[in-house]
Amino acid sequence: MKFQRPHALTKTEFHYCPGCSHGIVHRLVAEAIDELGVEGRTVGIAPVGCAVFAYNYFNCDMVQAAHGRAQAVATGIKRALPDGVVFTYQGDGDLAAIGTAETVHAATRGENITVIFINNAIYGMTGGQMAPTTLPGQVTQTTPYGRSTKDAGHPIRVCEMLATLDGVALAQRVSVDSVKNVKIAKKAIRKAFEYQMEGKGYTIIEVVSVCPTNWGLSMQDSLEWLRGSMLPHYPLGVLKDIGGGKEGKA
Amino acid sequence: MTEKILMKGNEALAEAAILAGCRHFFGYPITPQTELAAHMSKRMPKIGGVYLQAESEVAAINMVIGASAAGARAMTSSSSPGISLKSEGLSYLAGSDLPAVIVNVQRAGPGLGGIQPSQADYWQATRAPGHGDFRLLVFAPSTVQEMVDLVGIAFDLGDKYRMPAIILSDGLLGQMMEPVVMPAGSNTKVPERPWATCGHGGKREHNIINSLYIDPPNMEAITKARFRKYEEIKEKEQRREEYLTDDADVVLVAYGASARISRSAVDMARKEGIKAGLIRPITLWPFPDKAILSKKAAKAFLCVEMSMGQMVDDVRLAINGKKDVIFFGRTGGMVPTPAEVLKEIKKIKGGI
Repeated sequence: MKFQRPHALTKTEFHYCPGCSHGIVHRLVAEAIDELGVEGRTVGIAPVGCAVFAYNYFNCDMVQAAHGRAQAVATGIKRALPDGVVFTYQGDGDLAAIGTAETVHAATRGENITVIFINNAIYGMTGGQMAPTTLPGQVTQTTPYGRSTKDAGHPIRVCEMLATLDGVALAQRVSVDSVKNVKIAKKAIRKAFEYQMEGKGYTIIEVVSVCPTNWGLSMQDSLEWLRGSMLPHYPLGVLKDIGGGKEGKA
Repeated sequence: MTEKILMKGNEALAEAAILAGCRHFFGYPITPQTELAAHMSKRMPKIGGVYLQAESEVAAINMVIGASAAGARAMTSSSSPGISLKSEGLSYLAGSDLPAVIVNVQRAGPGLGGIQPSQADYWQATRAPGHGDFRLLVFAPSTVQEMVDLVGIAFDLGDKYRMPAIILSDGLLGQMMEPVVMPAGSNTKVPERPWATCGHGGKREHNIINSLYIDPPNMEAITKARFRKYEEIKEKEQRREEYLTDDADVVLVAYGASARISRSAVDMARKEGIKAGLIRPITLWPFPDKAILSKKAAKAFLCVEMSMGQMVDDVRLAINGKKDVIFFGRTGGMVPTPAEVLKEIKKIKGGI
């Protein structure tokens, strides 16, 4: 077997920092698009954040949305193209701070879209500020003494919150910190696209990710911090799954 | 359908949008545009269209962005405070060169203001609908019939120039009932949009809808190209109606609801032997400055608005200090009367 670039990725080189999770997750999304043979009817929505240039990396049609609005844009696209495959690719600030309303309501409407959610507990592109998913005590540019839950509140567990909504067909948290977890993540992303194509409702795959640059850690230490600090707060697993194929109810 | 039917302005506009091929409407409740969204919610499911009540004005305009990017004729409607929330989306529509129609059934502001009719969003529509260097097409109906006729034009010109269009109406026009004739041959054939992100189907390169240009020389070039388009629009698309302007000493300039009142005031003035006339801008952007400049006989201009004076800026820019431009307006949901306007005309007449 030859290791090749998925067709759904363009030849443009990623601009991401060394050790960043975006590159792996982009590839997994592209592989799912290739395997399902849907590139020609897929429309992706790039967020504001480090993945803003995702429109240059995916070979399917792409729309760049305002900060936090990706799922409202996705809703408009999907309502205009019911047979299209529509995904958003968003970070924690985009999805769980400025875009919380758009996220919750797309989920509760059961919009037939797939949301790829990169949770690295920090704002990457603007240089490392507190995110809605920043851990208690975590030092960022805007929590220089560590996130105080008294002053800055508590981190949001997005998948747990969305799993309570009836419109959600699949909510799963994965990571790409090891070969084993990359394989699980790949299956989850593909399943989310399949559910969407079966019209089952809203699907979200949260990828607990690293940001070595803004965490101020080496690549290896970042992975250790992800395992030791993030995963206890954001446990991997399926938060909601209504079942695929004929079993699942729409 | 060529017979006259009695319709409320908001409903007539909604029905006309459907006849113009709009099948995607995204809204959020606000007075006084309520009937427009309600009409869409009643009609769209019956014609295979989409009515979606969004979680906010912000979400609604972003849904419009998505539907338009995917190739559909999409629309949203709101009233003044809600239009402020749509500012971000208007800027992205313009920056992404996407057509769409946005209806503002104006009420009084600032803040929560009031729910009575107003024209205080002129600056917002024509100057700063959102951040950045851009323009929107802005149409100002003054009758229920025009609420109908301008929607199709707004969709068509939006598609032609790849830019969003605002229908700047107000609570008076939205709520009033008048007989209207709906367009007989509905032009539901939406023009081809080869740039749309509707899935490349393996037949072309991927399309990208985007407003981010990180390289300043590139961003400047793209903005300048957009402004060349705006120059073409200023040249070709100015619309206005004139009433008794040929020999007028005093030319009133008023749009929308205040133009109806001004027309009555012109009739009253004429009965008293005063040569008054009216220019009624139908496009607020592009502003019909050519018509204003062409009134060589005019000795003074009187701008009548339901605001503290906003369009008067454009009249003054057109006149460029050569003649007197006087303003009269009521605000806060108050509507001027023809008698009040006549009084202003007489004041001017006494001075010229």
